[in-house]
Amino acid sequence: MKNNLILRITAKLLIPFIILFALYVQFHGDFGPGGGFQAGVIFSSAFILYTLVYGLETAQQIIPLRILQILASLGVLIYIGTGVVALLLGGEFLNYSVLADAQITGQHIGILVIELGVGITVASVMIMIFFSFAGRGRQ
Amino acid sequence: MMEFVLGHYNYWIVVVLMMAGFYTVISRGNLIKKIAGLNIFQVSVFLLYISIGNVRDGTTPIIAQGFQHYSNPLTHVLILTAIVVGVATTALGLALIVRIKEAYGSIEEEDIHLQDNSL
Amino acid sequence: MIEQHLSILLVVIPLLAAPITAILPRARIAWLLTLLITWSCLLLAVWQLQSVLDGNIISYELGGWAPPWGIEYRIDTLNAFVAVIVAAIAAITLPYALRSVEQEIDPRHIPLFYTAFLLCLTGLLGITLTGDIFNLFVFLEISSLSSYALISMGRQRQALTAAFQYLVMGTIGATFLLIGIGLIYSETGTLNMLDLAGRLPSVFELRTVHTAFAFIMIGVALKLALFPLHLWLPNAYTYAPTVITIFLAATATKVAIYVMLRMVYTVFSIGFAEDTPLNEMFMLLGVIGVLFASLSAIYQTNSKRLLAYSSVAQIGYMVLGIGFGSVLGLTATIVHIFNHALMKAALFMAVGALIYRVGSSHLRDWNGLGRQMPWTFAALVIAGLSLIGLPGTAGFISKWYLVSAAVEQQNWLIAFIILVGSLLAVVYVWKMVEVLFFRDANTSTAETREAPLLLLVPTWLLVLANLYFGFNTELTVDIARSAASMMEASAP
Repeated sequence: MKNNLILRITAKLLIPFIILFALYVQFHGDFGPGGGFQAGVIFSSAFILYTLVYGLETAQQIIPLRILQILASLGVLIYIGTGVVALLLGGEFLNYSVLADAQITGQHIGILVIELGVGITVASVMIMIFFSFAGRGRQ
Repeated sequence: MMEFVLGHYNYWIVVVLMMAGFYTVISRGNLIKKIAGLNIFQVSVFLLYISIGNVRDGTTPIIAQGFQHYSNPLTHVLILTAIVVGVATTALGLALIVRIKEAYGSIEEEDIHLQDNSL
Repeated sequence: MIEQHLSILLVVIPLLAAPITAILPRARIAWLLTLLITWSCLLLAVWQLQSVLDGNIISYELGGWAPPWGIEYRIDTLNAFVAVIVAAIAAITLPYALRSVEQEIDPRHIPLFYTAFLLCLTGLLGITLTGDIFNLFVFLEISSLSSYALISMGRQRQALTAAFQYLVMGTIGATFLLIGIGLIYSETGTLNMLDLAGRLPSVFELRTVHTAFAFIMIGVALKLALFPLHLWLPNAYTYAPTVITIFLAATATKVAIYVMLRMVYTVFSIGFAEDTPLNEMFMLLGVIGVLFASLSAIYQTNSKRLLAYSSVAQIGYMVLGIGFGSVLGLTATIVHIFNHALMKAALFMAVGALIYRVGSSHLRDWNGLGRQMPWTFAALVIAGLSLIGLPGTAGFISKWYLVSAAVEQQNWLIAFIILVGSLLAVVYVWKMVEVLFFRDANTSTAETREAPLLLLVPTWLLVLANLYFGFNTELTVDIARSAASMMEASAP
């Protein structure tokens, strides 16, 4: 698909907006529809669009598989880490209120960090799934 | 009678989708069609949950100015979790199908049974 | 400080270790981390059991939200007991796994294998500890998805189709469970098990609740491999990697029996189940399962498939125990959960040692190996005797309680069938013993030595545990009896 001019230009135009929209959905999860999972999927769709138009090798030069694996683990660790931090600060597991002085701030921080972890993991896992499936036929 | 049919239209839709999905899983031999049927089956359950969470004259469960009644947000959250579980199951099923295709050369259930039983 | 967070640490520690294991570069390091995690889970589980032994109940609120709005982990004797079983089997399987996994799985994938193993352990422990039914569904799916992935890692290509078949059937079962949960939520408005027990009696007559009960029972029965929904089990256990067969055979179905007990006795409270034909159905399906599966086991030529059918038969016994509906019957089921975990794990470990040396699980490749591998053979014989129910072994205790429960209800037919089941077990255990001991060795296997120490020691630990718990029954039977009376007492 690399030789099709319309596809290349359209993809180049759209991909930044898709990523921006994904970040919007991610961080407005507590005020509107959205959150980690939805944002992760939209974010990964930008990279999948890039892979579809420009090819698997080019995409894997941008994000090597090893980075994706580390990011996937990192997201889960951020999630559980927040819970464990709450444990260490004296509350129960995932008790966001103890994360800051005021209860509201604590809840806000807790939910933001958790959704960030979820978003990172979901995005990297979706891209990894697509790369594994796409790379399969070449063997 | 008409009230019974029209008043519960969400349950009718759930039942039709559930049976369609379940029948596809059982009757179709192609493995990808089985996964598709499983997905339809799960979607019917999602519709069941969301439709029972609806409150009359309630709006979407996001706090906004000027609205007093909101639909039940708990069902929406349960369905988010169930959707993610469904996506993970589909991804795993499709990955298994890719490996099965490489190992057997076919994704039709009868061909796979024939190859296994001829061992 | 660890004391107050025991229950959640049991779930958090393997969950925290799983993503770390996924990015480790070498197989041995992944194994070592998993070993440490499973052993610490065992210590925590035993500590937790000691805290609830005198009858008090631990209640842990996640996130600081009080139940019924928040998710609650509610631990009583039954919970803690099953959690100890799961953690103990995981801890014993890990030393065994070092050699067995390295032989059966591609070295590049071994860290991912242990990641999936830790996730499966997280899921199973989460199911046993939680007090919220939707949380139960989520953990059930976590453990199921990781077991599908683990089963598909077997050496032969049939592992892939076995995993796919299990995936389709398991997802249908879990979705039925989800439908049931949705329906009872729509009638009561709560998801907390204790709160449901309080609110459901006022809506017992509604058809929604009856439908929900039916859906939940079928969904759990699929996970349980209750006859006739057992079709996924023989293939899954036969083609999975040996370590996974050991782990799943001893834990996954037991946890499903625990879920069944929770649903029938705590959530729906026994008053409801007695109005339905549940007890009769369980007795009928249990008996048919025992007879049919034992007969099928006799005709198998693959040792793993033989033991898989034997597992279906033992699950039939456990469900029969629930079907009696008495304290004695429930005690039998709970004791059998523990004993069967010991027996089956020991049997599959012995079989796994044979597979490790020979490379095949077919009985025709095993001629005369019993004389060349005496320790493995002795372990298999003792575990087999426990399966049959010889006095002095753990299996006898479960059979004794089952027959007592049948006799207490004057049900002589069921007592007779339980004994017939034991006789059928003699036939298929003898089938393995005869091939191993009384035949001349094949030329290809004449040189095989005894299994390595790392495989033998866990096997013999389990075999000795079988004998120990056959003689010293205080611990297991007391726990089972107190759990059973607690279940019966919660009836309104």
